[in-house]
Amino acid sequence: MLLVDNIEKIYPNGAKALERVNIAVRPGEIVAVVGGSGCGKSTLLRLIAGLDRPTRGKIMLDGEKIVAPHPAVGFVFQEPRLLPWLTVAQNAGFGLDGVPAPERNERTREVLQRVGLADHAKSWPRELSGGQAQRVAIARALAPRPKVLLLDEPFSALDAFTRASLQEHLLDLWEAFRPTLVLVTHDVEEAVFLADRVLVMRPKPGRFVAEINIALARPRDRYGEALDHAKRRVLAALDHSLQAQPRGEELAPAAAI
Amino acid sequence: MRFLIGFILPVALALAWEAAVRFGFAQGRLMPPPSRIFATLYDLAITGELFRHIAATTARIMAGFGLGVVAATVLGALAGASKLSRDVMDPTLQGLRAVPSIAWVPLFILWFGIFETSKIMLIAVGCFFPVYLGILGAILSVDRKIVEVGRIFRLSTPALVRRILLPAILPAYVVSLRTGLGLGWMFVVAAEFMGAAEGLGYLLIDGQQLGKPDQILASILTFAVLGKITDSLLAAAAAPFLTWQDAFARRD
Repeated sequence: MLLVDNIEKIYPNGAKALERVNIAVRPGEIVAVVGGSGCGKSTLLRLIAGLDRPTRGKIMLDGEKIVAPHPAVGFVFQEPRLLPWLTVAQNAGFGLDGVPAPERNERTREVLQRVGLADHAKSWPRELSGGQAQRVAIARALAPRPKVLLLDEPFSALDAFTRASLQEHLLDLWEAFRPTLVLVTHDVEEAVFLADRVLVMRPKPGRFVAEINIALARPRDRYGEALDHAKRRVLAALDHSLQAQPRGEELAPAAAI
Repeated sequence: MRFLIGFILPVALALAWEAAVRFGFAQGRLMPPPSRIFATLYDLAITGELFRHIAATTARIMAGFGLGVVAATVLGALAGASKLSRDVMDPTLQGLRAVPSIAWVPLFILWFGIFETSKIMLIAVGCFFPVYLGILGAILSVDRKIVEVGRIFRLSTPALVRRILLPAILPAYVVSLRTGLGLGWMFVVAAEFMGAAEGLGYLLIDGQQLGKPDQILASILTFAVLGKITDSLLAAAAAPFLTWQDAFARRD
């Protein structure tokens, strides 16, 4: 169980990024956090990862307080952030340094196979497309078999086709490893397609204003009625959070502002 | 084979000059034809004198370059690693950098005498600054985002240095070493002009004083070859660590 307990984050310049944020994420659950730019959703993820410390409140993982990056928590950044001097396989196995070499190679091979890049094991990051590089980054985060995987707008830099295929890829990986996923995104469609629960954030200071459960079986039909309905609910919550009145078809993807 | 294209111009010029002297269009006293230069080189080589001079010069370069690089690497790494040491050291070093290295010669001769030490010190000073600036700049420009990857995987400080910082700064460091070595060759001549009994710089001065332009040109030619060889050796030594960059160069 991942618990975010009454978190508050105030930056040194006095700006309040997060106020009274609470989440409880069940093991294996997929939670998406949506909100406009600057609403503090990336800050929240960095706090959960232990990359920053909250001003108040605490983050607990299975009863253990997170104060620094934790071995059971993986992170996928918005950019792949691969190390250009390592091959794809070495990048994927980067977090397995303490593991004996034979097992490390085996696990690297397995995780690369899972993201469909076994053939590229010896390539350099330079030789990959953006989508492939991000798959390596996901493989790198999953290789140490984290209980929780945090994803910070992981597909936002990719084109729509690649994004859709990586979302499905992510779900396959989730089926295989069953980590808890916390995904930050400004793409409402992505949030409802992937998540069991969508949390809507509102800026200044960042806080949750709505929680939308999406109790739909997977695989989900991206263009089906049910997801469309869920999407409208999220958009409505977002619009509401921006103090605008949602009106039928005019529901613009406000989250993408 | 394409690199051979680079030889066309110098070979053609050499042949033209050779022919001009041979057929009496030019006198060739102050600008000896290639055949005379090579004959001089050959004479210097068979007496073993050439190698004595090469050895003396190379030894000075190696000692000075080594000293300069070690000092620059240590201070550059220190300045890059801590803001405090950077604030303390960097302004002074930047001030010293503004002094033309040759300006130290009189002082070094007073301090270290006219023999090897003052020469090596001059070369070391010459090599120091490009390497210091290179490593400091490389450390300061390491991408914070990549360092964060190290933090997520909980690398200890030594592991962070070994697995992320060193590989990240290596390309710029190698470039600065090559620049430093190039300057080392420049300063060894200056050092040997200070008065030396052997070395390629001595051959230059000797050639000037005795009116032997062929010896001067033979020495210059040797400088060119040695400079190119040492640079290539340095580049080759670094190449195994930079294959990922080669892949980049090949692609684009």
